[in-house]
Amino acid sequence: MIYTYALVAIAACVAIERFHNRRAKTAIVLLLAAFLAIAPRFYGNDAVFSVLADAAVYVMLALGLNIVVGFAGLLDLGYAAFFAIGAYTYGMLASPQFGLHLPFWVLLFLAAALAALFGALLGAPTLRLHGDYLAIVTLGFGEIVPQIFQNLTKYTGGPNGIAALDVPTFFGHSFGASVMPYYYIALVGIAAALWISRNLRESRLGRAWMAIREDELAARHAGIDVLRSKLAAFAIGASFSGIGGVLFAAKLALVSPDLFGFQVSVLIVSMLVLGGMGNIVGVVVGSLLLTIVNSALLPQINSLVDATFHTTIDLSNLHFLIYGAILVGIMLFRPEGLLPNRERRAELHHAGEAAGDA
Amino acid sequence: MSALLEVRALDVRYGGIVALRGIDLRVDEGEIVALLGANGAGKTTTLRAISGLLPIRSGEVVFDGSNLRKRSPDAIARLGIGHVPEGRRIFTRMTVRENLELGGFAIASQREAATRIDDALAIFPRLRERIEQRAGTLSGGEQQMLAIGRALIARPRLLLLDEPSLGLAPLVVKQIFEVLRDIHARGTTIVLVEQNARAALALADRGYVLRNGEIARDDTAAALAEDPAVVAAYLGGE
Repeated sequence: MIYTYALVAIAACVAIERFHNRRAKTAIVLLLAAFLAIAPRFYGNDAVFSVLADAAVYVMLALGLNIVVGFAGLLDLGYAAFFAIGAYTYGMLASPQFGLHLPFWVLLFLAAALAALFGALLGAPTLRLHGDYLAIVTLGFGEIVPQIFQNLTKYTGGPNGIAALDVPTFFGHSFGASVMPYYYIALVGIAAALWISRNLRESRLGRAWMAIREDELAARHAGIDVLRSKLAAFAIGASFSGIGGVLFAAKLALVSPDLFGFQVSVLIVSMLVLGGMGNIVGVVVGSLLLTIVNSALLPQINSLVDATFHTTIDLSNLHFLIYGAILVGIMLFRPEGLLPNRERRAELHHAGEAAGDA
Repeated sequence: MSALLEVRALDVRYGGIVALRGIDLRVDEGEIVALLGANGAGKTTTLRAISGLLPIRSGEVVFDGSNLRKRSPDAIARLGIGHVPEGRRIFTRMTVRENLELGGFAIASQREAATRIDDALAIFPRLRERIEQRAGTLSGGEQQMLAIGRALIARPRLLLLDEPSLGLAPLVVKQIFEVLRDIHARGTTIVLVEQNARAALALADRGYVLRNGEIARDDTAAALAEDPAVVAAYLGGE
């Protein structure tokens, strides 16, 4: 069942990539949106929609990181830190922890703002670094943030985190135990993230990012304020994961430091690499594929193996092995990702198509 | 004539290594000034310091009355200094049009930017033929034209050119220099760094000779071209 939804979404994405007619693209987007909105009434169960809601959160995270890595070309290996900041915003301000019970909807925006603020705070001193050096610093930041949440026991509940988070309400109606509201909110979130990403890419800022990614020095010569553009990328990218964090925390009704470790950052980078960095549709496909592998395929194979051989293997320990295999495979066979953007395709295959689509 | 650019006692260092020591330069409005010198003499460093791409250790760079010392490269570009960097540095994976559009990044009005791109294409008709082509697929000469065209979009009052003839066939070099003459005739002041000293001195009004990060000589272009020492060192003994 979960595969039906995932396959429909992925097929639609591929179709959008293949068609060049604007109207056809719009039609596919609308059809897909209608399908994802209506189909759950007839088909599926809570378990399926729980996975889909998680998948949607990951799509949002991947779209956010895509702004930083794909658009501006800044390798951020600690993106999960902003996800954690978003989640803990909800955890601390909508739970018995401090007796604060701010509304979910307010916190969605507050978390986005806070994540953006921390994105800028991290960016300001570090964005003068390039390439590998920036990656190392962000990696460090990604490690430090969960550590801080783990050690500020008084405020964050330490290693146990914060439990019994508020169940959100919508005009007085509690979400209850249903996962459907999260699914729909995440869908709206994705739609917004897609719209913002697309507009940003075509904007002045988007062109500045593209220039910086291509050649920072040349971008400077063109009169582009490189530092400010990079800061904007960090802040906007982080804000997406702030919202994702609130959704994630509210759905799970729990936050704890181990949910936001390095593996999450790596997972999201893997989604970008798999799907095709810089290309919005590619990123959606990459994140859907990896989430489905993680949340559906792997557990199923796991139980199949256990049932057949009467073992108790835990395949979830093999996540890193699987990401690694995917990354190596992609680098070998399709280094530009499944659905690449045109610059990257040009870079990696420039010999053949030289004057191609002139 | 008034000084458009004045460099006073400029010192630049890379780490502990002195790259420029006490450079004094003056470029008047409407001039073409050539910077000559061997590899490593500090020609590129001088241009990069003027553009704000290298930190100035001491000394002053004054452009049209504004001190550039603490300004960022993008602010300096907006003040009216265009820089065509060594090795062209065009965006090879973008189209010719996108490259030119980025040259007009600081221009708020879309229509104004389009007009200026048209003007640049009038100077370089070859680029118009290749407008939707990826810049990396252009020939070396076309890439240099694109680099110059991109810098012109911002309508700089002062154009800094770093080795525009590098790696180009003699015929193409001739074309590029003709274009520079044309750009100058339209009212742009030019500072030209060149290995090809003969061509540079033929175009320039005045020249400076750099040696080991210091100004070794400055004179009119004609006088430099006649000077036996300069001829021996940079023009190939005659």
